[in-house]
Amino acid sequence: MATLQAKTVQALQDNRIDLLNEWTHSLEATGATRNLKGDDVKQQTGDFLNLLADALHNGGSQNINHENWAQTRLFLEKLSHSRALVGQDSQQTASFIFALKGPVFALLQREYANDGAQLAEQLWEVSELLDGLGMHTIRTFQKSREAVIKRQQEELLELSTPVVKLWDGVLALPMIGTLDSQRTQVVMESLLQRIVDTGSEIAIIDITGVPTVDTLVAQHLLKTVTAIRLMGADCIISGVRPQIAQTIVHLGLDLQGVVTKANLADALALALKRLGVNISKAV
Amino acid sequence: MERIPILQMGEFLLVTIQVDMHDQLALTLQDDLSERISRTSARGVLIDISALDMVDSFIGRMIGTISGLSRIMDAQTVLVGMQPAVAITLVELGMNLPGVATALNVERGMKLLRDRVEHS
Repeated sequence: MATLQAKTVQALQDNRIDLLNEWTHSLEATGATRNLKGDDVKQQTGDFLNLLADALHNGGSQNINHENWAQTRLFLEKLSHSRALVGQDSQQTASFIFALKGPVFALLQREYANDGAQLAEQLWEVSELLDGLGMHTIRTFQKSREAVIKRQQEELLELSTPVVKLWDGVLALPMIGTLDSQRTQVVMESLLQRIVDTGSEIAIIDITGVPTVDTLVAQHLLKTVTAIRLMGADCIISGVRPQIAQTIVHLGLDLQGVVTKANLADALALALKRLGVNISKAV
Repeated sequence: MERIPILQMGEFLLVTIQVDMHDQLALTLQDDLSERISRTSARGVLIDISALDMVDSFIGRMIGTISGLSRIMDAQTVLVGMQPAVAITLVELGMNLPGVATALNVERGMKLLRDRVEHS
């Protein structure tokens, strides 16, 4: 396999200042520096060129997984991570590397003006190298973004499952957002545990905040209701909005054996009645 | 041989499952309980499974069967103290135990049992 020749490496090192200028121009032209501070970009491009030159000088190996490239990889990982946090998209992040191609190719063309075969070979090698680095940047960028999304999902899961005590022996669970299997599992577990802990006889599940009810959501609800019944408590579903009631009937879902109420107040009134509690206005 | 004790309290029978149920134990309990109901003509059976923290489909079915056979022998049955994990497992297994009366703890279970016996 052909490698980058010493001449190429030397040329890259000697023309560092020119490359840096052209690279920065090309970055600005593609709009990759939007939302970024000019100083930061300057610092990053300079650092990257230094790292690139060092790595080429030390090993000259084309394999970016080689340990000679560890510093460069680390730098790119940090860079793409910071870009992900700023909210840049993958294209803007990737063009950080790919914008360097133009200036480098122009440089090589000048250096190898007299040797077509060598020029083609060296261009290919440089192109391979920069592509590899660019792909690495995109991959880490993607990973950072996925980590952000995953963390947000977990936070949502935590946020949306509060079990509140409405009365002595009455628990309520206001559901907000779409119900999926994972959420139902978390909700069911926390509700059942609270029923055991507090010895509550009645649990009210309020679905006012659930945007749509399909067969799957209804199945999840029924499972929860059944589990509550098996534990020896009663369950009331409240907050059935008109559209949701229509959907349930249209889908032909069987909610028999489940007590449903239009709003939380009605459900609480029923719960208190079952507990034998009377509420009256003070005269 | 290992057996689950069946205690008599007036016209009620009290079954407390304190150990991990295995298949043979469940079958023995079924035999013992039906025999005891017919001998004492008990009016109600209270099954406490608060110490049971693991079930499989067989044990789940046995719980249903035991409740069913007591009911046929004219004894009201109440299942008390099911743990959340057990309830979730049974639901995921598709065993809703229809017709089985449940209560949160023994005290409420006894109250429910008395009500049911009075009304039957």
